[in-house]
Amino acid sequence: MRKMEADIAIIGAGSAGLCAAIQAAEAGADVVVFDENQLPGGQLFKQIHKFFGSREHQAGVRGFEIGQQLLEDVKKSGAKVMLDSVVYGLFAENSLGVIAEDKYHYEVKAKKIIIAAGAKENYMAFPGSTLPGVMGAGAAQTMINVNRVLPGKRIVMLGSGNVGLIVSYQLMQAGAQVAAVVEAAPTIGGYGVHAGKIRRAGVPILTGHTIKEVYGKEEVEGVILAQLDEKWQMIPGTEQDIKADTLCLAVGLNPMTELAWMAGCQFTHIPALGGHVPLHDHNMETTKPGVYVAGDITGVEEASSAMEEGKLAGIAAAAALGYLSQEEAAAKKQEVLRRLDMLRTGLFGEKRKAAKERQMAEMVGYQAVTAEKGGVK
Amino acid sequence: MSLSGERRIQEHPILPEVDRKQVTIYFDGQAISAYEGEPIAAALMSAGVRSFRRTVKRGEPRGIFCAIGRCTDCMMIVNGKPNIRTCVTPVEDGMQVSRQLGYGKAEEAAK
Repeated sequence: MRKMEADIAIIGAGSAGLCAAIQAAEAGADVVVFDENQLPGGQLFKQIHKFFGSREHQAGVRGFEIGQQLLEDVKKSGAKVMLDSVVYGLFAENSLGVIAEDKYHYEVKAKKIIIAAGAKENYMAFPGSTLPGVMGAGAAQTMINVNRVLPGKRIVMLGSGNVGLIVSYQLMQAGAQVAAVVEAAPTIGGYGVHAGKIRRAGVPILTGHTIKEVYGKEEVEGVILAQLDEKWQMIPGTEQDIKADTLCLAVGLNPMTELAWMAGCQFTHIPALGGHVPLHDHNMETTKPGVYVAGDITGVEEASSAMEEGKLAGIAAAAALGYLSQEEAAAKKQEVLRRLDMLRTGLFGEKRKAAKERQMAEMVGYQAVTAEKGGVK
Repeated sequence: MSLSGERRIQEHPILPEVDRKQVTIYFDGQAISAYEGEPIAAALMSAGVRSFRRTVKRGEPRGIFCAIGRCTDCMMIVNGKPNIRTCVTPVEDGMQVSRQLGYGKAEEAAK
C-alpha cells in the first residue's frame, strides 16, 4: 500500500468534479481528482447539443466543447487528475481507499473531500426488458456520440423528458431510424423545442402509452405498446406491435450515493431529485464536516447546475483551508449562487428549486438537532 | 470469417472526424475490425454483435444496458479472463473476446 496526501481530494472528473478542482487549485490548494474512467469529462463528451440558459452559463455551446474547455482549465489550474483510479471507500478521518491506474492500493489522506460521483440511469422491468437491445438512453448516446457506433437501426424511445427527446434526435443525426417516442404521462415531459424537432422529423410522440412487452429470441425484434387509462392501467385491445431492434429507456436517473453513505452522511428522500440524496448546506458541505458533495449526487439536475455546484464546493473547501479570505470566498460564492438561481427558474427549474430548498432546510433542521445534543459527533 | 463494421457512423452533421488506429480483435474466433482504445463493447456492436453473455440459471442472453461500467450486463471473457466489463475496457490489438456462459471459472479469474 502506498500513501498520498492532499489538501482536497475530489471523486469524479465530470462536470462538477472538474469545476471544483479548478476553483480550489486556482485558489492555491493542493488538489487531486480521482476518476475510475479512462477519460475525464464524465458525461459531457456525449452531449453534442447546445446548452440552455444564458450566455454566462455557456448557453449555445455544445456539451463536448464545454468539456474540452474544462480539461484545458484544469490542466492550467495545477490540479492533479488520476484516471483509471477507483475510489472504493471513504474511511475515518477523511481517508480514501483508492486502486489507482498503476494497480497500487493507495491510502489518501485529505483535509477536505468533495464527492462528485454523478448519477446512473434508471431501469424499468417488463417482459423482455433484459433482452440485448434494451438499453439506457444515455448508454445509446454514449455509443453514438462518443464511440460512433449505432446501437440499433430502428429504435423505440420510452420517455419524453429532455433526455428521451434529445437522444432520439441525436440517434437520427447518427443515422438511425426512430420509430416512436412513448410516454406514459398524458403530456410530453421535456421542452417543446426538443419535442418539435422530433415531430418535424416525422416521429410520433405517443403520450398515454407504455411498453407492454419486448419480444425477440436472442435480441429485441419488436416492441408491443399499449394505451393507458387515467389510472395508468393498460387498456386491453389497444396493443400495437412496432418492429424495432432497440428500445431505449429514458426513465430518469438516480444519484450514485454509495460513498456518501459510507462516509456516514445523513440523507433524505426526494423523488424530484432522483431518490436518496445527502443533506448539504449552502457551501455543499454534508453533515460530515469536511465532506462536500456536488453535481448529480446531490440530486439529479443537469450539467450546467452540476458545474456551478462544483465551483461552490471548490470555493468553500479552499476557503475553509484558508486559501481564500472570507471576503474573497463570499464574493465568489455569491456569483455562483446567483447563476445557480437562474438555472433553477422556469417550469422545470422551479420544481428543482423547491426540492433543493427542502433538502437544505432539512440540513438546517438536522444541524439544529445535533447542536442541541452537543454538536456533531 | 470476419464480421463487418456495418454500424459504424461514417458521417455526422456535428461531430468532427477522428483519427484512430485500426486493429483487429477476435470474437469467438471471428475477426472484427476495431479501433485501438475504444471500448470492446463498441467494437462488437459495430459488427452487429449485441448478445454478450448468458445468465447462470436460465441461460438467457444479456447485452449492454448502461455503457458506463455500472450494470455489469456486458461482462465477457477477454484474453481468457472472465467477468470483464467490456463497455469500459479498451480494445488492444489481437484481443480474444468470447461470450461468457454463467460465472467465470476461478482459475481463469486468477490469471
